[in-house]
Amino acid sequence: MTAKQKNLEDIFLQKIDAEVKIEPKDWMPDAYRKTLVRQISQHAHSEIVGMLPEGNWITRAPSLKRKIGLLAKVQDEAGHGLYLYSAAETLGTSRGEMMDALNTGKAKYSSIFNYPTITWADIGAVGWLVDGAAIMNQVMLTRTSYGPYARAMVRICKEESFHQRQGFDIMMTLCNGTAQQKAMAQDALNRWWWPSLMMFGPSDSESQHSEQSMIWKIKRKSNDTLRQQFVDAAAEQAKVLGLEIPDPELQWNEEKGCHDFGSINWDEFWQVVKGNGICNRDRMKARVDAYETNGSWVREAATAYAKKQSQSSIHKVA
Amino acid sequence: MKAEWPLWEVFVRSKAGLHHQHVGSLHAADEQMALENARDVYTRRQEGISIWVVKSEYITASSPEEQSSFFDPAEDKVYRHPTFYDIPDEVKHM
Ligand SMILES: [Fe+2]
Ligand SMILES: [Fe+2]
Repeated sequence: MTAKQKNLEDIFLQKIDAEVKIEPKDWMPDAYRKTLVRQISQHAHSEIVGMLPEGNWITRAPSLKRKIGLLAKVQDEAGHGLYLYSAAETLGTSRGEMMDALNTGKAKYSSIFNYPTITWADIGAVGWLVDGAAIMNQVMLTRTSYGPYARAMVRICKEESFHQRQGFDIMMTLCNGTAQQKAMAQDALNRWWWPSLMMFGPSDSESQHSEQSMIWKIKRKSNDTLRQQFVDAAAEQAKVLGLEIPDPELQWNEEKGCHDFGSINWDEFWQVVKGNGICNRDRMKARVDAYETNGSWVREAATAYAKKQSQSSIHKVA
Repeated sequence: MKAEWPLWEVFVRSKAGLHHQHVGSLHAADEQMALENARDVYTRRQEGISIWVVKSEYITASSPEEQSSFFDPAEDKVYRHPTFYDIPDEVKHM
């Protein structure tokens, strides 16, 4: 490392220490930039792929009220994807590069979206648990050290709370309905509970990127800390619904002041990450179809139209 | 890699009497699409009453490396601030 570089690195670390945000044109270590591009683009991909399991139910929502609510939520997720892609682009990657990485399977997205939404109750469970888990993570990220990422998170968090509430409201309605409807809600909880806990990523002892990310204040809380927060909140919420969380080991630990819970099936987690989840292939196909088969001609046509318009306005001026 | 739509910066005035403020960016083929997309992503909950979009390539920015030298003309000019001037206590508001 040259003296100049050492000096730049010191300034960078001093800023991180002093809670001064890092902005796009500021000097930053290559590894910091790379970590951010990886994390922010994965986060963006998750927002976009996350539209698919819920989009599945827009046309079959049980009432107009539910339909407009779900439609608005899914539309928000598209916006979240956009804010995040834009934040990643400030680091020198391009939208096309990120799209290619997603469509070729080089980049990952949250594994939770590789599970199917097979009943209407799943839409309730996804809003309540999946958005709930995402919020835990995203609230932490509003304080992340990279300015554009933190600002995107502030916008996103403002919109997310409606997502979780509309999900909880769906669960609430089902739980106050017929025995059959309540059973449907319980079934959805049974299937979504463990995958939701996996959303926080591997245990702190196993997580490969965590330590450096904490030093750089990209992450401010560890995977296990966030997971615990989520379990504690959801355990109380399940009581309000009158549903049972599918974990016989879940119980309040007076001494620790938090819940104990059973161990996660990490084997399943890694299987889904590796592409062997129920919906991995469907999700990838839907994305590639949207971007390539059905999307590329639209983008080309818009470019051609814009070019023609600007040429004809030049003629008018001349 | 295929050609991308240009990048635009989006500025939103949240209500009359306030400045337009930078809220983010997006890609669009032309200005009309940029405005409409900006409306759809950045003002879905009535966050604005007016939007500016400008192609990012037209923005000239000061460089962070020269931050201290660029802004140092203002550094030693305490006399530009009201507290530099002592006014007797009897003079209540000035
Ligand atoms: Fe989201
Ligand atoms: Fe959401």
